[in-house]
Amino acid sequence: MDFIRDNLPYILAGISVGGQYALIAIGYTMVYGILRLINFAHGDMFMIAGLMGVYAVTWMPLYLAIPFVIIFTVVLGFLIERAAYRPLRNAPRMSVMISAIGVSYLLQNLALYVTGGLTKTYPTIPWISSTITVFGATTKVVTVITPILTIALVVLLMILIHKTKIGMAMRAVSRDFETSRLMGIQIDSVISMTFIIGSFLAAVGSILYFSNYTGVMPTAGAMPGLKAFVAAVFGGIGSIPGAVIGAFIIGICENIIKGMGLTTFSDAFTFAFLIIILIVRPSGLFGEKNIDKV
Amino acid sequence: MTKHRKWLLSCIAIAAFLAVVFLLEQTIPKSSNWSMLFTVLEKGSIYALVAVSMNLVNGFTGLFSLGQAGFMLIGAYTYAIFTIPPEQRASVYQYFDGGIITFMLPAIPSILLAGIVAAFFAFLIGLPVLRLKSDYLAIASLGFAEILRAIFQWDKLGPITNGSNLLRKFTTYHTSLYPIIAAGICIAIMLLVINSSYGRAFKAIREDEIAAEAMGINLFKHKEMSFVISSFFAGIGGALLAMFQTTIQASVFRAALTYEFLLIVVIGGMGSVTGSIIASYLFIACREWWLRFLDSEQYIGDFKVPLLRAGFRNVVFSVVIMIIVLFFSQGIMGTKEFSWQGLGGLIRKIPTIPARLRRKFKKEAQVNE
Repeated sequence: MDFIRDNLPYILAGISVGGQYALIAIGYTMVYGILRLINFAHGDMFMIAGLMGVYAVTWMPLYLAIPFVIIFTVVLGFLIERAAYRPLRNAPRMSVMISAIGVSYLLQNLALYVTGGLTKTYPTIPWISSTITVFGATTKVVTVITPILTIALVVLLMILIHKTKIGMAMRAVSRDFETSRLMGIQIDSVISMTFIIGSFLAAVGSILYFSNYTGVMPTAGAMPGLKAFVAAVFGGIGSIPGAVIGAFIIGICENIIKGMGLTTFSDAFTFAFLIIILIVRPSGLFGEKNIDKV
Repeated sequence: MTKHRKWLLSCIAIAAFLAVVFLLEQTIPKSSNWSMLFTVLEKGSIYALVAVSMNLVNGFTGLFSLGQAGFMLIGAYTYAIFTIPPEQRASVYQYFDGGIITFMLPAIPSILLAGIVAAFFAFLIGLPVLRLKSDYLAIASLGFAEILRAIFQWDKLGPITNGSNLLRKFTTYHTSLYPIIAAGICIAIMLLVINSSYGRAFKAIREDEIAAEAMGINLFKHKEMSFVISSFFAGIGGALLAMFQTTIQASVFRAALTYEFLLIVVIGGMGSVTGSIIASYLFIACREWWLRFLDSEQYIGDFKVPLLRAGFRNVVFSVVIMIIVLFFSQGIMGTKEFSWQGLGGLIRKIPTIPARLRRKFKKEAQVNE
């Protein structure tokens, strides 16, 4: 108990960051499940959503700005898939991944151009940025909101995937691309839907994340993006509950390491963790084992 | 064309190129606009070396590895640590009592050492990582590169690596020929590897792992070999980059640097050494030189061209890259290599281009009818 009491602020921060990573990780894991593509641009989508949040509040009142940011990110995600991934649908997987890296490069450079390389401060959103005391530890409201909101969104997503027609189509496509196409599933609209859901969650994640860590810069998406991806791999890529659990574990461990005074190693830890997982259990916690057939 | 004549032609071409660079260096003053040419030549050569080393793993062996920045980091640091003169160490390692190394090595042994240390780390990292498959290999090697970066920035290692502070005042070169020749020798060695029986084994692994294994190729041994050789040259590339920049810092060697090399390899053509070299020079020339005017305000007559300000160059540059990736996914060279016959054929073809185009249009018109 002493350990928990001493580390409570870090554990709380970890749960909160974990929830934010989870929202990004779902985007990775869904796209990977369907397209077998590591969407390197997803972290930068998250950054663009953050940056849009900074600019949107200067153009319109806050209650309009938040929906605007979310819609903007969703449209951007949709357009990126249309422009950069769809033309390569029949190309080797490596080409699509490189296209994703190209998009990531483009988004970062655009952000650099627009901001002039300055770190922008995320606007304070009333209520969720105010401080509260939980079990004797002082923290922002967003820390408490994040895990609740994350779980709620994940439950909604699971209902969508398991109870609706589009969800059934998604599951079919992720199981077998070619066969589901033969069965009359509109592959393109399923993929677009995946990107829309992923971008939506990334936008929500960015609002929560940047309310907590207020500096938005062009490279702000790279690290959270990579960590969310690690979370997705840890949980078994393609599995949504896996990604969420993985994200919470990584968020908590990372913050406890920060609490121990090893901040330099908090990023390195995530990757060390990833490598151990990959060696011990390459398909992740809930992933399906792939067997190569000749 | 006989083999003998090809050799002769290549030697003459290389000697002529080096002589031209030497003459230009003597005649062009450092302050003129054209001095960017030397930046392009130097940095382009270093990038070419690293791009070819990346191509060896990604293009020739078919392993999707993203660890190049990490190995360059090791190379750059090894080189810098061993070539700072002892009398300068107190000022460089000002927070760490002058560091714990009190001697210096000459430049060339240090460059080799940089490669060897990088190769050694690659050997260790390869043991677990190379057993993973495609995407997992990519993300694990990327992870290792990030771990290396964190270790080099660690305060406890400060007496050796200077923590997260700059390393400077190490030995650098004084002529553009130095990186060009060094990179040239390294690329030549890699070409020899690629054309050896090991190189053929690498290509077999790329085409089909299971078939290669059935033919008696030891998969793991050859993957490890390709990975280690590639990292050796990435380490040397890192050392040369340190010389070019004159200062180094671990924070430069991010995943973004690896992505740059990956883009170069793809633009040049996966599995083409000449493609990687051409793409490296084009990449650097575009980014550092030709597109530079986009970063400052320009006027055409009285008309102020909109959008131009710092950073616009990189936006245009990344759009160009996206266009290449989307519409020319084979890259500049595909999997072909430069050859004198190919060049001769190309030159002979030039006069026939109008006739060929006409024929093509006629054919299309017929199809449309």
